[in-house]
Amino acid sequence: MAPQSSIRDTFFEECEDLLEALAEGLAAMAGGARDTDTVNAVFRAVHSVKGGAGAFALTDLVAFAHRFETVLDGVRSGTLDLTPEVMHTMQRSADHLADLVEAARNEDVLPPDVSEAFLANLDQCLGAEPESLDMGDTPFDFAVIPLEFGDDPAPKEPAGYVIRFRPLQQLYANGHDPALLIAAVHALGPCEVALDLSALPDWDGPDALTPGLGWTLRLTTQESETVLQEIFEFVEGLCSLDISPLEDAPVPADPLPSPAASPSPPPGPEAPPAAASAAPKSDPAAGAESAEARGPKPTLRVDLDRVDRLINSVGELIINQAMIAQRLQDMALASDDDVSLHVEDYRLLARDIQEAVMAIRAQPVKPLFQRMSRILREAAEATGKSARLVTFGENTEVDKTVIERLADPLTHMIRNAVDHGLEGPDARRAAGKDGTGTIRLGAAHRSGSVIITIRDDGAGLNRPRILDIARRKGLVAPDADLADAEIDGLLFLPGFSTASAVSNLSGRGVGLDVVRNAVTALGGRISIASVPGQGTEFTISLPLTLAVMDGMVVSVAGQTMVVPITSILETIRPAPGDLHRVGTDDSLLSIRGRFIPTVDVARSLGFTDPSARADFPLLLLVEGENQSQCALVVDAVHDQRQVVIKGLDSNYGQVPGVSAATVLGDGQIALILDPDAIAAHRAGPAATAAPRPPLFHADVHHGQH
Amino acid sequence: MANTDLAETDLEFVTFSAGGQSFSIDIGQVREIRRWSPVTPLPHAPDEVLGVMNLRGSVIPIYDLAARFGLDRTPESPRNVVVIAMHGSQTVGLLVEAVSEILSVGRERIQETPDVRSDTARQTITGVITVDEGMTRVIDLAAVVQPRGKAAA
Repeated sequence: MAPQSSIRDTFFEECEDLLEALAEGLAAMAGGARDTDTVNAVFRAVHSVKGGAGAFALTDLVAFAHRFETVLDGVRSGTLDLTPEVMHTMQRSADHLADLVEAARNEDVLPPDVSEAFLANLDQCLGAEPESLDMGDTPFDFAVIPLEFGDDPAPKEPAGYVIRFRPLQQLYANGHDPALLIAAVHALGPCEVALDLSALPDWDGPDALTPGLGWTLRLTTQESETVLQEIFEFVEGLCSLDISPLEDAPVPADPLPSPAASPSPPPGPEAPPAAASAAPKSDPAAGAESAEARGPKPTLRVDLDRVDRLINSVGELIINQAMIAQRLQDMALASDDDVSLHVEDYRLLARDIQEAVMAIRAQPVKPLFQRMSRILREAAEATGKSARLVTFGENTEVDKTVIERLADPLTHMIRNAVDHGLEGPDARRAAGKDGTGTIRLGAAHRSGSVIITIRDDGAGLNRPRILDIARRKGLVAPDADLADAEIDGLLFLPGFSTASAVSNLSGRGVGLDVVRNAVTALGGRISIASVPGQGTEFTISLPLTLAVMDGMVVSVAGQTMVVPITSILETIRPAPGDLHRVGTDDSLLSIRGRFIPTVDVARSLGFTDPSARADFPLLLLVEGENQSQCALVVDAVHDQRQVVIKGLDSNYGQVPGVSAATVLGDGQIALILDPDAIAAHRAGPAATAAPRPPLFHADVHHGQH
Repeated sequence: MANTDLAETDLEFVTFSAGGQSFSIDIGQVREIRRWSPVTPLPHAPDEVLGVMNLRGSVIPIYDLAARFGLDRTPESPRNVVVIAMHGSQTVGLLVEAVSEILSVGRERIQETPDVRSDTARQTITGVITVDEGMTRVIDLAAVVQPRGKAAA
């Protein structure tokens, strides 16, 4: 059972790749690509899924893939025009195929009427075109597929072959079954099979073990000879085989030891015929080579735990290197000392290794983006709008975990963009735009971060309406006067939803605040920009990896600590008049005409060592959840650096106000502060003691907790 | 405790002194013994948690064993050592005054903890072993490092 299920797992893993290739190919076709390579790639993907599914008796999947393949075959051979309708059907079919694969993986069954609808759509494309392929042979199909070369000229010469095939004794001894081979040939096209009994041995003869059956197959196909030869690859040397183009026919079956066409002794009986008949075409070896060159690069599937273990060790290596370097510096050696030079090499090597290891976890955002094109199609269908997705920077690589955790927020934003961002087709045309809206989804690296942008060319944010809604919901004070950017920021407040009618898609009360929280949880930021009439752009900025973080090194009560850069808006050295006491403990910072609460980090953490108190504290202006701002009081700011994040949970537990720890260059541990938690800690008891008066602008602190 | 036939009767303990008393811990739980190095204090930590230290890249909490048993905190001294011990997948350090010896005793020599009044002692000491001039207390590491009530928050 176990081996079977592991093969099954492999099949589904491969399916992911195949579906990805399928989506990619279809997207290229939708974008106007009509070249054979692209169409063949799409065809191959579906074909491979079908073949594999056949092997696992996933009948629904096989049936659907088969019909899909028939349509693709029509496109490939030029009998079917690639109209936008056909294109649309194919894309939707690809989505459905993905659903079927997913269902099969979970051992689910999709409701049959759904499949029926898709099958009907495909049939509609085909018009009256009849089913041409025989379904019975599919289980063996998949042996054939990878060998189908996109560049072979076969489609231009609809021809056939005569295959004379006579197994030797060894073929049976090795457990091969001629029926399967014949079935595989049969799968390539209509095929006549004739049994050749001419070599049946005399029953009375001494050699009853010598097999006497041979077959002559007359195959009509568009496949190249290479494909045919690949079918027989596994029985090379185990049979006598002759493949010749159909034009050379008719050839009557040869009597068994056929000296001319099939040298029967094991050393490569296939070689001479191949050389002979392949001459007008490409050499099979060359074909295989080119296929390899174009095919996917060889990859290795590795358990993620192993990679993480490696990443951890490398993190330690880096720290260890830093410690050695620091010790050396303390020893005040001459800078050209051998040891110093070696340690410098060590540093460079360690960095190289770190980058290489991080690259293992990094994955292109492409599959994620491809999933979004499906989301877009569904959203467009549900809202009756017409939209297309344009992606760029798909090869930008991001940490695998980041990609996984980005899927939900991105889905939500794409839906939002279609549902709220784009206008209906009529409104668009009235505004002088193309009836089909464009949503651009892109990724890029920028100074150690990954920037993801989602831009629609819709009407832009309706700021008066946003403000109106926010006022009605009590999210802002009725008289608050907000700048455009501040109004845009209201969209991220919990419970904010602009859709006047609750639609199926978005607007279930789960809004951009959820997106924002997901992005913040990844150590990223999200911002919004909008131009009326031209569209809205969301920008998500994310760290490249979750294992390393940019931090600001500060001291608090004599301790060195790290504050994540992403949460710091600015550092402020307040003038004496900028801090205003409120009551005995609290003070407010006045900045640009607003009052921001301050939090003494040392006191919040319970480090109350007054002797370590600096005379001139620094303030870090941080933005927490719900865009509430507060100023953290620290003693000093040292520098900014990348720190390796070390969890506290595994050996100790959670510490309030602290998200993790890191190891500094001197080997000492520094705590990484969680500004949100520290700010919340302040808000907690204070808020219960007395409702906070609306001293400062009403825009920031009304998020429901 | 995975004992081979040979060790079936003999158990090995590492004994050390903390707060002037002798404690011991199953040798299978001890990873290494390190000299003391400064730790980074943790906010809102219970009294016996001195802070965290860096053990080859891992962040491990250091418990003052004496303080854990309600004695005074171990005074700073260059002789102090940290016993690195593992409980399941959790690695912790125990600050003690000195490591004394490795004790190999038959199982029958371990006596149940007499009925003492201290809750802490009852919960964290699994037994006592008589040694030359007195006795050593066998500690239950899991109970020692278990977050206590409000301290866990």
